[in-house]
Amino acid sequence: MLKIVGYPDRYSVAPGEKIAFKISLEEGSHFDARLVRVVHGDCNPEGPGLKFRHVKTSADGRHKGRPQRVDAGSYMVVEDFPALTSGPFTFCAMIWPTLPTRSDQTLLAQWDGAAQSGFRIAMTDGGELSVTLADGSGGTAELKSGRPMLERQWYAVAVSIDPATGMVTLDQRPLQPYAQIADRAHASARLAVLPKAVTAPLFMAGCPEKDGTVGRHFDGKIDDPLLLRGAHAADRHDLYLRPVIDPALLPDIIARWDFSQGIRTTRTIDIGPSQYPGRIVHLPARGMKGWNWTGEEMSWMRKPEHYGAIHFHSDDVYDAGWETSVELTIPVDLKSGPYALHVKCGENDREATREEYIAFFVRPPRRHKDRRERPKVLVLASTASYIAYANHGEHITARGAERQMGRLLTFGHTDLYMYDHPELGGSLYDRHADGSGVCYSSRLRPNLNFSPQYHSWLGGHGSALYQYNADTHLYDWLDHKGVDYDLITDEDLHTDGYELLRDYRVVVTGTHPEYHSTPMWDAMKAWIDRGGRLMYMGGNGWYWRIAYHDELPGVIEVRRAEDGIRTWEAEPGEYHHSFTGEYGGLWRRVGRAPNVICGVGFIAQGFDISSYYRRGPDADNPRASFIFKDVPDEIIGDFGLIGGGASGIELDCITTNLGSPPNMLRLASSENHNSMMMLVNEEFTVVPPNLGGDQNERVRADLSFGETPSGGALFATSSIAWCGSLSHNNYDNNVSKICWNVLQRFADPEPFKGAF
Amino acid sequence: MVYKIDAERDRQYIEEFRAQPIGAHSPGLQRLLNIMRNDTTGYQIVLICRKPFAEWVLGTMPPNRLDGPIVVEDEPVFTSREEAEWEVFRRRWRRYTGEDINLPYRD
Repeated sequence: MLKIVGYPDRYSVAPGEKIAFKISLEEGSHFDARLVRVVHGDCNPEGPGLKFRHVKTSADGRHKGRPQRVDAGSYMVVEDFPALTSGPFTFCAMIWPTLPTRSDQTLLAQWDGAAQSGFRIAMTDGGELSVTLADGSGGTAELKSGRPMLERQWYAVAVSIDPATGMVTLDQRPLQPYAQIADRAHASARLAVLPKAVTAPLFMAGCPEKDGTVGRHFDGKIDDPLLLRGAHAADRHDLYLRPVIDPALLPDIIARWDFSQGIRTTRTIDIGPSQYPGRIVHLPARGMKGWNWTGEEMSWMRKPEHYGAIHFHSDDVYDAGWETSVELTIPVDLKSGPYALHVKCGENDREATREEYIAFFVRPPRRHKDRRERPKVLVLASTASYIAYANHGEHITARGAERQMGRLLTFGHTDLYMYDHPELGGSLYDRHADGSGVCYSSRLRPNLNFSPQYHSWLGGHGSALYQYNADTHLYDWLDHKGVDYDLITDEDLHTDGYELLRDYRVVVTGTHPEYHSTPMWDAMKAWIDRGGRLMYMGGNGWYWRIAYHDELPGVIEVRRAEDGIRTWEAEPGEYHHSFTGEYGGLWRRVGRAPNVICGVGFIAQGFDISSYYRRGPDADNPRASFIFKDVPDEIIGDFGLIGGGASGIELDCITTNLGSPPNMLRLASSENHNSMMMLVNEEFTVVPPNLGGDQNERVRADLSFGETPSGGALFATSSIAWCGSLSHNNYDNNVSKICWNVLQRFADPEPFKGAF
Repeated sequence: MVYKIDAERDRQYIEEFRAQPIGAHSPGLQRLLNIMRNDTTGYQIVLICRKPFAEWVLGTMPPNRLDGPIVVEDEPVFTSREEAEWEVFRRRWRRYTGEDINLPYRD
């Protein structure tokens, strides 16, 4: 088990800026810290081993620590709200429960957690609408509807409470009734407990607990919530849903939140007369279709009135909000690149790991005028992809993963910690407890697989690295070769755009740069079109379109739309990002296939073993002669730490019809893949019987090169496993030589010949 | 209808798996593994790494992590992942066929 975890408040920091680290201890009261440059995070004895370079800073030394926890679960809160139980009132809403089997789920509450006083409207006991009244003196009374609501069905619920008499009426009405299903319910009773008028914030989808946390969350959608003065019949809600409301009805409105407004924000808009603004916490899903969605429009931008639902989850998390344990000002002369705060609370043994590397990156200075005399090589760290995969837990939650991996699922101490701490929140590959896909992922929480030394359950047999730690194979090679480089993150590129790339001659990617926002995509394309030289050192890049939030730092959104390799599917009608309104899903589905950026695109995946490349006819093209200098070999990369070969995990190939430039040279192609390396689903229409690489000639990685018309060039390795071969034979091998040849030529200012 | 594992027909794949637990398999062995690796009860055997690249044990994960902890076995301790794969293969073979495979991972 892992005994120390943490996260930085940012993944990218410039010299002279501060970075804060939030650490939690599972045992002990102190930990030691030191700053290290990350060179190689793979402890596989077949490779060069762990390499960290200590950098002396003020962070060095012993620090106090304590356990810190994540209070997960999304909700809406209205901070300043009058005491509802000062008179009779009625709450109406449309709800779509998604996990009715979980008990005690709050719909609306005005509740004093310390005094245990107030009212709570909830769904409990397998899906029954309920009301709880509490007087703060230990008296509690409850009324339940008596019939459970069904999962993923819309219900009109109405609850009236008269605090003076204790009279409570519940009504739950399915919008779609079914034969033989008894889910229509109405209950009424005079409860023995009279709630006091509680001056407390109003909560929706959560309730304040005694210990100060917010708990008893609701899993599901809420749409059209309405609060009325007085006790009203259930069908009164319908009158308020009309386009024009009878003026005689208006005086009864206390509050009426319209969730179809402000979808891009963390605020909810009360269109009632008092305009009580709501604040949503931990990012429940917005831009969600409501009870009245018809399918006539697929975007919340075009018909917001059909997207008035918020989908709350009991396991949503945006910001863990931990206290800072160590703060560090980055020395102004610290070289750009990958770093980590190494924290340690004891010695490792069989049962526990008592150290962690809290990874982050030092970028070049923010102001252009401070970026003089920089290196010509820039590494783009795939932080959007690291966040997309944050706490990727399919080995814990998804059955079938062992079959997919072709071997047993491996759990290290970090995975055991992940198993015990679902409150850390999942990745964009995981599902919420209610089965809906996780569409937002944040870096403001421990990201357990964004760390050196983390060996993944899906990273290919051998070192089993994936994403960040696999990218340390590249950092190690650059270090071994003495390459002077700067490093920026995806988030830097999203924020700063083309201007940040402009002065660099070469951009080197990591092993799996899969997730890109529109500003990132546009910036990279602008740079390539102006002579940039891209070394794409991985596979399955530029695949998913993502969005960053306008206001909240460090969080991305994906919608698993239409097709592509997905572990969950967005609901029909929910393909547009709530953060931007853009159509989400594969970049390929908006006419920007990966091939348009890097010359190749995703073709196959398989997670057990890797294979090799065989030199292709284009290798002898004089245009490629610089690449094969001192590389006469027919077979390339039949070695490596990731699956034993350079071609593995996820592969790309040249496809001109998808946007690969017609002048791309296919230098070499991989072969001899096994049946577990399979064609990806966007590459076929009718399901072919020969999906595996042992039977399908399209399953291959194309080592590729092509010049751009502006004197730049593209080089694509087309395989996630490629970088795992760089260090073989003390870095003296054909994979390393090819990369070195390309890097040297790409860094040379001489333009590539763009025309015949 | 999913293929039904048959000891007589599938015994030929035992040695193939023992020779190479992880890697390219024949179609017949792959079919056997695809079926054996799916536990319809939702329980999942996993490999617990005690010392990276040195020491592993087996564990069993319940269908839902909220149902309880992973049950970790103290023994046997494996010194390679392949050795663990062989042990799990033998257990699953016994479950599907009722037969024991009395062969060590390596002679």
